[in-house]
Amino acid sequence: MVHTFKFSYSGKEHYFVWDAESGSLHNVDRVAFLIVNKIYDVRPLSKEEQGELCAVPKEEYDGIVSELKNLEAEGCLNTPCTTYAEKKRTGEIKAMCLNVCYDCNLRCKYCFADEGTYHTTSRAHMSAETGKAAIDWLISRSGKRHNLEVDFFGGEPLLCYDAVKQIVEYARSREKDSGKTFSFTMTTNCLLLDEEKAKWLDENMYNVVLSLDGRKDVHNRMRPTPNGKDVYDVIRKNALYMAKLRGKKSYYVRGTFTQANLDFAGDVKAMVEAGFDSVSVEPVVTDIPGIEIRDCDLPVIFEEYDKLARYYLDRYNAGKPFTFFHYFVDLETSPCMTKRLTGCGSGCEYVAVSPEGKIYPCHQFCEQEEYLMGDVWGGEGVQGVEDYFATNIVTRKKECENCFAKYYCSGGCAANNIKFGGGMDNVTPITCAMMRKRLENALFIAAYTLVSPPIENAVR
Amino acid sequence: MHINSIVKKEGKIGCGECQSSCTVGNQSCVIRKPLI
Repeated sequence: MVHTFKFSYSGKEHYFVWDAESGSLHNVDRVAFLIVNKIYDVRPLSKEEQGELCAVPKEEYDGIVSELKNLEAEGCLNTPCTTYAEKKRTGEIKAMCLNVCYDCNLRCKYCFADEGTYHTTSRAHMSAETGKAAIDWLISRSGKRHNLEVDFFGGEPLLCYDAVKQIVEYARSREKDSGKTFSFTMTTNCLLLDEEKAKWLDENMYNVVLSLDGRKDVHNRMRPTPNGKDVYDVIRKNALYMAKLRGKKSYYVRGTFTQANLDFAGDVKAMVEAGFDSVSVEPVVTDIPGIEIRDCDLPVIFEEYDKLARYYLDRYNAGKPFTFFHYFVDLETSPCMTKRLTGCGSGCEYVAVSPEGKIYPCHQFCEQEEYLMGDVWGGEGVQGVEDYFATNIVTRKKECENCFAKYYCSGGCAANNIKFGGGMDNVTPITCAMMRKRLENALFIAAYTLVSPPIENAVR
Repeated sequence: MHINSIVKKEGKIGCGECQSSCTVGNQSCVIRKPLI
């Protein structure tokens, strides 16, 4: 399918044509933009636009149409949709989320895991022995996969710091005999992140995700301690120490925006200007009144995403770039179609393990017993769960059929589709609208930065 | 110039050695002319 969009930056309007099926990006002038919209039925032209096209000399008009037909012949425009078979389930697991505790030292108001407890009362912590059994299980289920990933998650994983260290040490000890290489990541709220822990994480983690919501009042409003205390200053200091330690290694300072801070570009700006150069601020996923993102919020959110894109490019042009997760699109070495069809691979390639060693399709399904896949000691789960998740492929989803972003979001998050849409194939319109907006902006940024070399001596 | 194709478009696919996304679009596995 053909999609057109435009973006205004530095007083100039830029026009683009995106061929979703082939992943081809064409920068066009206004006349070609209008012609594409007309001949590929992308959208109806206004009377003014029709008038503009009527004024184009026939020779020029025909020349543009001829160029477009050449692109079609090359397979770079109006490319027909290929039919893909459902993925073959190999049973090879390559990524695991270790939910090392159902406990947390914060009480974030939007937490999908019910303040880290996953709707349990146990506040359970994973033992090192259970973690080691999970590593053994992952190795045994990884087949020919060489690169394996383990993410320490919770709750707050630093509450189980000693167990985490033992699990990492054990996994490293198994690399040689198993022929596997482990990459570890951790998602932490930074409250317990002292210098000793930061140094250990820096030496042992491939990626570190540091939770911070941007501006002080935004963060403190949503992420208090159990007794209601504000801890922004402590967390910002600890996160900044970790970020500086990372240097060029991977980390993200990761915030959430809600109905209460729809001006989230201000939060990104606050984090960048505090010294963080790798940022992800993402929409809340909840239906809690007063926090959830509503349809009526979308125009404000779109404007904010535009503001953020301009800020991103202003920094890029000033030689002070930063990374914004959702504006990173790699057009040179992008993922293959297989990956795009199947997304995160939850329940097939990616699983989560509870503190007691129970296995679920991903961290968002923990303690939902109808999705239990077994345990790390070989215990059995609910029959058919893996087969059900093996059918999670974007081309099955009717609402994705004519969406230009379908190979970028892969049909959305299975857990969110089930929770808020009523089924794995039921995408949620608000999430989709934000995804499409982000992709347009990310494609513009990719085009701009690909053709405009970065300023030398950039900080990162 | 009316059209500049910045990037266009089997083989080694589906090896599964890339990072688990948990948007695939933000993952990894050019005609450099000024923007029109």
